[in-house]
Amino acid sequence: MPGAALRVDDLYKSFGDLEVLKGVSLTAYEHDVIAILGASGSGKSTLLRCINLLEVPDSGEVHVGGELIRMKRDRRGRAMPADRRQVDRIRARLGMVFQQFNLWSHLTVLQNVIEAPIHVLKLPRREAVDRARALLDKVGLADKHDYFPAHLSGGQEQRAAIARALAMEPDVMLFDEPTSALDPELVGEVLKVIRDLAEEGRTMLIVTHEVGFAREVSSRTVFLHEGQIEEEGASRALLDNPQSPRLRQFLSGERGDA
Amino acid sequence: MLDLKGYGWMLWQGLELTILVGLGAMAVALALGLIGAWGKLSRARAGRWAAGTYTTVIRGVPELLLILLVYYGVPTLIQDIAEGAGYEIIVDLNPFVAGVVTIGFIYGAFATEVFRGAFLAVPRGQIEAARAIGMSRALTFRRIVLPQMWRFALPGLGNVWMVLIKATALISVIQLPELMRNAQIAMGATKLPFTFFFVASLFYLGITIVSMVVQRRAEAWANRGVRRA
Repeated sequence: MPGAALRVDDLYKSFGDLEVLKGVSLTAYEHDVIAILGASGSGKSTLLRCINLLEVPDSGEVHVGGELIRMKRDRRGRAMPADRRQVDRIRARLGMVFQQFNLWSHLTVLQNVIEAPIHVLKLPRREAVDRARALLDKVGLADKHDYFPAHLSGGQEQRAAIARALAMEPDVMLFDEPTSALDPELVGEVLKVIRDLAEEGRTMLIVTHEVGFAREVSSRTVFLHEGQIEEEGASRALLDNPQSPRLRQFLSGERGDA
Repeated sequence: MLDLKGYGWMLWQGLELTILVGLGAMAVALALGLIGAWGKLSRARAGRWAAGTYTTVIRGVPELLLILLVYYGVPTLIQDIAEGAGYEIIVDLNPFVAGVVTIGFIYGAFATEVFRGAFLAVPRGQIEAARAIGMSRALTFRRIVLPQMWRFALPGLGNVWMVLIKATALISVIQLPELMRNAQIAMGATKLPFTFFFVASLFYLGITIVSMVVQRRAEAWANRGVRRA
C-alpha cells in the first residue's frame, strides 16, 4: 500500500455564524485522483483551501506527506498556524490551481513559471528556465513564453497556471474548480492537460462541476453536502449508481444543466 | 525681452536647490508613505493608531506652520529642555535638512493614503497565488505586491510630487536659498517684481511639465502587461 500523500482529519470551519465544514476527513494516497463534487455552498472549495491554509480551519488536522501542520490558538482562542515557515514549506509541496487562474499580471508567462522555483526553491535561473520551457511545451504554450497573462485566452491562462504549479514539482496538485471560469469551448483544452497529469500518476484533488470528467478521470469521488461528506467511493461506481438521495438529486440537476 | 540684470544665475542656482529639496523630500515621503500604509493596514492596533494619528495631524495642520514649528520651534524646545537640566546649548537646524524633513514628513502623509489605496487595489488572488506556492509574506510583498502597486500608485504619487515641488517655495521663509527665496532677493535688489516672479513661475512650470512627461513614461512602464480598456 502506498503512503498517504495527504490526510485531513475532522476539519471544521465557520465564517462568522455560517458553518461551512462540519467535520470532514479525507485521505489521498499517492497516485490517487480524487474528485470533490458538491453544490455551491457545500464547502468543497473551502475544504481545498483549508488544506494549504489559505483558510485556517477552526479545528482538525492536516497532514501532508505524513507531516502534521502544527496549529496553535491566539489570545482570542482562534486557530492559527504555529509555525509560518512550516506552512510556507508545505505549501511549496502543494500545487494549487485557482478558478480565476491568478497568474501574476505584471510577469510574462515564462516569468510566472520561473518565479517561485527561483525565489522559493532557490533554483539557479538557468535550471528554472529549462524546467519552465519543458512544462510550457507540455501544456501547449511553447509559443507564448513572452506573453503577458492579459493577452492570453482563459484556457491558455489556466494551462500556464498549471505549468506554474507543476514547476515546483509538488507532491500533490489541488485544483479549485479549474474550468468554472472558462468559456465552454475552452474547457476541453484544460481538462485534457489535467487528464494527462492523472495518467502520469500524479496525486490530485480536483474540486469540479464536471461530473463526466470526474467519472472518467478520477479514481475516487467525494460528494460534499452542507459541509459533510455525504457519500464517497470509487468514481465510476459512485456516479453510475449513487446511493444517497442528495447525490442522486445533484447528479440529475447537473445533467439538467448540461 | 526680460532683462534679468545679471541675476539669472541666482535663479538657476535656486532652481537646482528647489529640485534637490524636492527630490530629497519625495524620497522621505515615499519611505514614510510605505511605512504609514503598512501601519494603516496592519493587524496590530498600535500600528493602525500610530499611522492614523500621523496622517490626521499632518493633514490637519498648514504646511507653513509645520515648517516654522520645526525650524524655529524644535531648536528652542531642545534648548529650553537643556536649560532646565542646567546646560547652555545652542541648537541650529540646517535649513536644507529642516526643509527636506518637514516637507517629506508632510507629503509622507499623503503618500500613505496613496500607497494604502494602491495596496488594496492589488487583486486578492495575486497574493493568494503567491502564498499558495510557498512565498513568505515578505517575499510576496517584494516580488508580487509592490511591483503591482506602482500601477495604482503612480497617478496619485505624481500628484503628490507636483504639489510637493510647489510647496518647497514655502521653505523660503526659513532662508533657504531655493528658487522662491532667490527670486525674492533678486526682486529686492532690482525692484523688478514682475520680471523675477514671472521667471520663477516659468521655472516651476518647467519642472511640472518635465515631471508630467516622466510620469507618463513611468505609468506606461508600470502598466506593461495590462490590457487597455
